[in-house]
Amino acid sequence: MSVLYAFAAAGLFGCGVYMVLSRHVVRMVLGLSLLTTAVNLVLFQAGRIRTAQPPLIAEGAERLGESADPLPQALVLTAIVIGFATTVILAALALRAWRGHDTLRSDELRSAQDLGNPLAPGPDVDH
Amino acid sequence: MLADGLAIWPVVIPLGAAALTLLLRRWPALQRGVMEVAVAAMLVAAALLLARTTSGEAIVMKFGGWDRPFSVTFVADVLSAVLCTAAGIVALAVAIFARADVRARRRRAGFDPLFLGMLAAVNGAFLTGDLFNLYVWFELMLVTALGLVTLDRRRAQIDGALRYAAMSMMGATFMLLGIGLLYGETGTLDLMHLSATLAGRVPSVTLVVAAYLLLAGLVLKAGLFPLFFWLPASYHTAPISIAAALAGLLTKVAFYACLRVFVLVFGLGTGTAVVSGLPPLFALLAAATMLVSVLAAIAQVDVRRLFAFHVVGQVAYLMMGLSLASQQGNAAAIFYTVHTMLVQTGLFLSAGALARAAGGYDLRVLGGLIREHPRFSVLFAVLALSISGVPPLSGFWAKALVIDAAFRSGTSGAGWLVAVALVTGFLTLYSMSVLWTQAFWRPRTREGHIARPIPTAMVVGVALLAACTLGLGLAIEPAVRLSRVAAIQLGSGATLPNGVTSVGTARMPR
Repeated sequence: MSVLYAFAAAGLFGCGVYMVLSRHVVRMVLGLSLLTTAVNLVLFQAGRIRTAQPPLIAEGAERLGESADPLPQALVLTAIVIGFATTVILAALALRAWRGHDTLRSDELRSAQDLGNPLAPGPDVDH
Repeated sequence: MLADGLAIWPVVIPLGAAALTLLLRRWPALQRGVMEVAVAAMLVAAALLLARTTSGEAIVMKFGGWDRPFSVTFVADVLSAVLCTAAGIVALAVAIFARADVRARRRRAGFDPLFLGMLAAVNGAFLTGDLFNLYVWFELMLVTALGLVTLDRRRAQIDGALRYAAMSMMGATFMLLGIGLLYGETGTLDLMHLSATLAGRVPSVTLVVAAYLLLAGLVLKAGLFPLFFWLPASYHTAPISIAAALAGLLTKVAFYACLRVFVLVFGLGTGTAVVSGLPPLFALLAAATMLVSVLAAIAQVDVRRLFAFHVVGQVAYLMMGLSLASQQGNAAAIFYTVHTMLVQTGLFLSAGALARAAGGYDLRVLGGLIREHPRFSVLFAVLALSISGVPPLSGFWAKALVIDAAFRSGTSGAGWLVAVALVTGFLTLYSMSVLWTQAFWRPRTREGHIARPIPTAMVVGVALLAACTLGLGLAIEPAVRLSRVAAIQLGSGATLPNGVTSVGTARMPR
């Protein structure tokens, strides 16, 4: 079960990396959200996948029994929310970039690079 | 109870004020007033924290009434308090400068809440005692910084922010993965408890992978060699007050996280190092970053881009201190962090003042500033000499301390590292003198230009930071003593009076 789970996470991670390496911004955004999901799966696994018993320590016992560690589940919840927020911001930026540049190919988005570019022919004056 | 509660004020004040300024969005003047009061109060809180912790005892605050390591904690030791105070000074200078640079339109666009939110995140990262909590503060920092960079909604800003966001999210992913693996291996996220759990443990594959993943994430966020290109691609597009705040705060927070993770958690240089092989890698990263960034800086003609590359170059000196794996190296890195926070912000702010006076950032058209603005020129010279490492300014002592620590550490590659550091220092001086001759010394090249005045608020903001670097250089003895205390405390995490050494975890056996 754990091995299968690990392969699933690895597969997602691989897909994410492949997408992030794309020159197209939207594919990159999707890739980053895949990566976030893959990391969440790994976080989840950090608490081990066990039986459905509640994570309560029996009276007098020092350690948790057969149930899964609940803390990573809380971490995953937080990470999902944060990942969602950052992905939305990235998507909003991509939308603004599309409206301003009429392209989303990262090698054609050059306005930041052109601002004060030392290789540009003439001195540009910013107001 | 208030005694414990002091640790949270540098976060609560800006966070509360951020909410308040958001409500006052229609009244820019009121927004500005609230922001300025909040920044001043935050600085006072940080200074109180520093006064309380200089004796070497950490203030620990536990949330939710749980005992460590089950609760999320805020831990204010000397290192945290010193960096919070430096961040407070930086924020104050930026807030003063922004009076002249950030007008009502930018305030309506949300400058104040975003700036305060970023400050809360920076202080939160400095004060938290929990690794996952640290990650959350990093994300808040990123989100607010993105809002600030794109404040004017210009094309270049959107483009720059896109690059910044994508790379930073990548870094955050690596960090989170490292944190997850570390938790899976140790069953705790409390930094002190991690340190105690890992001390003397035989390294496993998971631990090594976690360490390198955290390194990748933090190197990206700190802007070191192979992964720094997002920084000069985005900082120069931001409004200049914001670029100054980012330059002074964000990469240093990432370096601070490096200190906590590698010295405290992984025991680098404390005799109980869990993962071996890190110091030579750090040294390599530092040396490569220094050379690449300073050479790139020399090629620039836009003042903002030039300073952005110097931001990268200065972080490399911090990494050099860390790579020595010695208490002295850590102390030098801590002193350097404070110095570079003040000076980088000062340089970016003076770039803003310079552009206000001359109408642009392009070195090819600047000129004649020493004749038109002699007093501002002196302030700029102080900052430029400080970053180049000229005595008696803090930059000289920072470099001297790092190099001294390198010679004393006795590591085999120390000589090479020192040589690279000295060459970089010389090239930094060269880069600054080119800037000085072109923008200040030579007569103005364009005909018909009217000299424009620099607003008082801008001069005061720059003067505050110039005075700080001079003061830090003159009061070198107490400053060095304090950074030593901070380094000792950092390295001895597991044996601190407040440290946790005996509490078990709820993790089941594997």
